[in-house]
Amino acid sequence: MGVLTDDDPRATAKPPSAITKRAQRVWSCWPAPTDRTDSMALLSAITSLANPSRFASFADRALPWAAGVTAVLFAAALYLALFVAPPDYQQGETVRIMFIHVPSAWLAMFAYVLMAAASLGVLIWRHPIADVSAKAAAPLGAAFTFLALATGSLWGKPMWGAWWVWDARLTSFLILFLMYLGLMALRSAMEEPSRAAKACAILTLVGSVNIPIIKFSVDWWNTLHQPASVIRAGKPTMDASILIPLLVAALAFTALFTTLHLAGMRTELIRRRLRTLRLTTAARATLSPEPAE
Amino acid sequence: MSSPLAAVLRRDLALARGGGGGLGLVFFLLVVTLTPFAVGPDLALLGRIGSAILWLGALLATLLGLDRLLQADHEDGGLDLMHLAPASLELMIAAKILAHWLTTGLPLVIAAPLFGVMLGVGPEATLKVAAALAVGTPALACLGAVGAALTVGLRRGGLLAPVLILPLAIPVLIFGVAASDPAAETVGPLGVLAGLALGYAVLGPFASAAALRLLRD
Repeated sequence: MGVLTDDDPRATAKPPSAITKRAQRVWSCWPAPTDRTDSMALLSAITSLANPSRFASFADRALPWAAGVTAVLFAAALYLALFVAPPDYQQGETVRIMFIHVPSAWLAMFAYVLMAAASLGVLIWRHPIADVSAKAAAPLGAAFTFLALATGSLWGKPMWGAWWVWDARLTSFLILFLMYLGLMALRSAMEEPSRAAKACAILTLVGSVNIPIIKFSVDWWNTLHQPASVIRAGKPTMDASILIPLLVAALAFTALFTTLHLAGMRTELIRRRLRTLRLTTAARATLSPEPAE
Repeated sequence: MSSPLAAVLRRDLALARGGGGGLGLVFFLLVVTLTPFAVGPDLALLGRIGSAILWLGALLATLLGLDRLLQADHEDGGLDLMHLAPASLELMIAAKILAHWLTTGLPLVIAAPLFGVMLGVGPEATLKVAAALAVGTPALACLGAVGAALTVGLRRGGLLAPVLILPLAIPVLIFGVAASDPAAETVGPLGVLAGLALGYAVLGPFASAAALRLLRD
């Protein structure tokens, strides 16, 4: 992991030659940490993480803790969900799918909100970490959306008698899933990370403007075409014996998301550093015959 | 008539007249022709689903022409000139969207009643479809411009742009089909559709211009 804690190459910049200029141009997509003295201590502590190297070492230190917390929370959540929570008087044991389904659905939406916030960071402040965050969140969001759809389908078979119904919520989630796939496709179609970052940020924001419209129109469409074909049990206030396991499960899933997101961001940082190193090596090989060390 | 906007509009219309402008219409006709083969030549059934088929065909025909909306300008350097022009990029993109709609969307609107007759859609419903298409296709063109701007210069942009844009076009489809429903008494869905079109008329040029600016270098 030595490569992670290395100093930013700009710190050891030599007098500008053609190579170092090129390298600086490549590195300049990672701005230097801003050390504003007038800002508050907490703010500067957070903004100091905008430096990729510092963030990488922070992620290195935080990851084992996040993984540990996730494991403990999952053990508690599984115990509560499988042994403590009573079976539903109508749905029987199948209600336990809820402890996977609901947290997945919550994270599916949370990941998009996170990506929209990160996209603002990309477009307004040009934060390199913001794009790393958005990129790492997209497959996670897609995976949790898929998990919510799949568990919903498994739950729907005994409840509704069909693997799939064009229920408003299911349809909205299917569209969300397609939007995640579109974002990932756009990302993979662009080779240069900084271009891909801006394009994905714009698409994410356009999507976030559209998501309420889509949600509203799908709800409207569903009531138009399927008046009350899916009878929802009138929701009584949820009993604490189910609510508490559900909340613990939601916490566990959120911790899992945080862990995976941190790991994904760290991997992405390493990948970008590797790409930069490759580019500088290639530039060194092609631009100058002189030994560059 | 010498403003940059009029110039962009005139140029795009002239280019569309030069070649391939009617291709979207042929594609639309093909979708209409293929449907009876898929569901059977039962006119009663076709009449029931006719407006939905017309909407699907229009949606696909509008999105298929997208890859040329900005790609050609990107290749011949026209986009660079637009970046340098004194007029705002947003307005020029809006002019391009208008030209794109005039050459691909408007023919669909005009042809929709004819195709409706072929599918056995009743006269009143046919007019409703045409009205809904007239309001809805500009919204599709504006959304499509965002997809075109995001994928400009990419090798697989032609397939990528519809994949990005089609999920966002679902509200237009929902309210477009609802506004085409002959049984509906109110004009509520048509009003919502018009609202969507106006909203996307704002969002489309701004988001496209932002994408073009950011992705320029």
